[in-house]
Amino acid sequence: MTDGTMTKKYLMKDRIKTTFEQKGKKLLNVYFTAGYPTLEATVPLIEAVTEAGADLVEIGMPFSDPLADGPVIQHSGTVALQNGMNMRVLFRQLQGVRQRVPDAPILLMGYLNPVMQFGVENFCREAAEAGVDGVILPDLPLDDYVEEYQEIFRRYNLRPVFLITPQTAPERIRRIDELTDSFLYLVSGPGTTGSQTGQDSTAQEAYFQRIEAMNLRNPRLIGFGIGDKQSFDRACQYAEGAIIGSALIKAMDGVDDAPAAARQFVQSVLN
Amino acid sequence: MATSAFAPNARGYYGQFGGAFIPEMLYPNVEELRTQYLDILADPAFQQEYQQLLRDYVGRPTPLFEAKRLSAKYNTRIYLKREDLCHTGAHKVNNTVGQILLAQRLGKKRIIAETGAGQHGVATATVCALMGLECIVYMGEIDMERQKPNVYRMRLLGAEVRPATSGSKTLKDATNEAIRDWISNPVDTHYIIGSVVGPHPYPDLVARLQAVISEEMRKQLLEKTGSELPNYVVACVGGGSNAAGAFYHFLDEPDVKLIAVEAAGHGVDSGHSAATSVLGKPGIIHGSRTLLMQDEDGQITEPYSLSAGLDYPGIGPLHAYLGDSGRARFIAITDDDALRSVAELSRLEGIIPALETAHALAALDQIGAGPDDVVVVNLSGRGDKDLETYLKYAEKLTEQK
Repeated sequence: MTDGTMTKKYLMKDRIKTTFEQKGKKLLNVYFTAGYPTLEATVPLIEAVTEAGADLVEIGMPFSDPLADGPVIQHSGTVALQNGMNMRVLFRQLQGVRQRVPDAPILLMGYLNPVMQFGVENFCREAAEAGVDGVILPDLPLDDYVEEYQEIFRRYNLRPVFLITPQTAPERIRRIDELTDSFLYLVSGPGTTGSQTGQDSTAQEAYFQRIEAMNLRNPRLIGFGIGDKQSFDRACQYAEGAIIGSALIKAMDGVDDAPAAARQFVQSVLN
Repeated sequence: MATSAFAPNARGYYGQFGGAFIPEMLYPNVEELRTQYLDILADPAFQQEYQQLLRDYVGRPTPLFEAKRLSAKYNTRIYLKREDLCHTGAHKVNNTVGQILLAQRLGKKRIIAETGAGQHGVATATVCALMGLECIVYMGEIDMERQKPNVYRMRLLGAEVRPATSGSKTLKDATNEAIRDWISNPVDTHYIIGSVVGPHPYPDLVARLQAVISEEMRKQLLEKTGSELPNYVVACVGGGSNAAGAFYHFLDEPDVKLIAVEAAGHGVDSGHSAATSVLGKPGIIHGSRTLLMQDEDGQITEPYSLSAGLDYPGIGPLHAYLGDSGRARFIAITDDDALRSVAELSRLEGIIPALETAHALAALDQIGAGPDDVVVVNLSGRGDKDLETYLKYAEKLTEQK
């Protein structure tokens, strides 16, 4: 297959752009870990959360040493690995997901090492074949992305998403914005996923407003520490939407019917 | 060393190993360090304070001791670089003294560290007490159990010891927790990494602060043997900070053979080992691309060694490069052989070594040194912290090889 036909094949839809253009505000992006709470829960959960109104879905690829994650997501990853989740299983599960969930953007989030061992090109090809739209790899350095991976990502029309924090310098934010063609992931404050990062502080408000005033090309979603309707609504005042992960995973802890619990949780955030 | 073939490039790579694979939350802190560490280290005021503390507080220079009875046994000329005589009982304090001065110049008020055997934790707690800075040390739950005396020492020095309860509950997990702490405290906190691991510039920073070991060796060897250069330098490697310090000023001397000794645990092929150079393949751990023990899916596997300071599933990127390029030779030593070397050094020279250090000693009969060769073993730490382990394995300690 030549590069030309490959590009054509994977350029059919820009679901991320379409989703942001159609809804514009109050977008809910939910995160859960593939293979948690049971190995085969991944696709039923994608269906459940999108039916309940989630606009984007982020699927966590479990890793033994998730540095940016708090205890809840760490634990879900440990369980998922024990359940037998790995890259091959995940891509097998995702085959055909686009027949069931045609429009909601699906992103894969995880750490670089499992992707490197699977092979970055193999990973991108399999992800594109499955209908994945974007990839979030928090420990992939910008320079390494540009030098080694950007071309591969583009060939498969996969959009990278990069994180921005309150400490990210303005010129670096501009560079990230230039390299992005999806959305910017605004980390709400200092901390790992699921931590309470000072939700009412004026410093946080100033940070969100500072980013807003930069008039960046890409829309923004706020993540880390968002866990219920109140924090979701508040985050939506400063960005196009927000990302919820740990709170959803907690809501599925110990339940018999994880998709039902996830559906209920998403509804509780939106209604 | 600016012209060394073994210095990292601008992005922190030693050959294909190194770099800074960190989430954005850590970027400003690591970048601050990267842009400032060389200037701070080169500042005469820093050097004056650092050298003075090394002399008056740490007790440097440490002796280079000719171990005559050990030499007779192995039919070669063995010198021991007595890092075990440093204040706090190991080489780790060379690095923490330097980094605490660095942290002060960066305006940091709070210090965090990870520790395996507890030696780096003690060395960090010590310099924090000296400078009056808050200190939090992360230590694997299992390591807290097997290195109890060091836990008590850290607490006595005023540090808070927080157990790492995830994963294998050892050094790797303590490092994860320290990194998460740094993510949560990005402004006022400095992370004192204890080994030549982590994102650039840490491997280079720690190697430079430990380089005093080989700097002293060259002067002492000249005095004692008539040549600055030995034939062999032998050091144990977990992450590899004492080895980096012992090798540093010999890296560009191709006639000096560098021997890095890893922990084979129950044996390299036993499934219970920490011999990363044999069992690892390139991967990313704690922000660095290096040799890494991992499964085929890229999940980091849990290493094993009786020694809490050596059971790390990676090695510093410098060492990965030294092995890859053939500059250093790697040897793996089992728990049992290390224990026998503890007894051997104790009885032949009256020095009780740390279990980590004993791995280096146990490699002496494998390096191929002849009667006229000069061998320097970096005696990285003393064995007091391991007495409970030594008591438990008293029979193995005195078995004959």
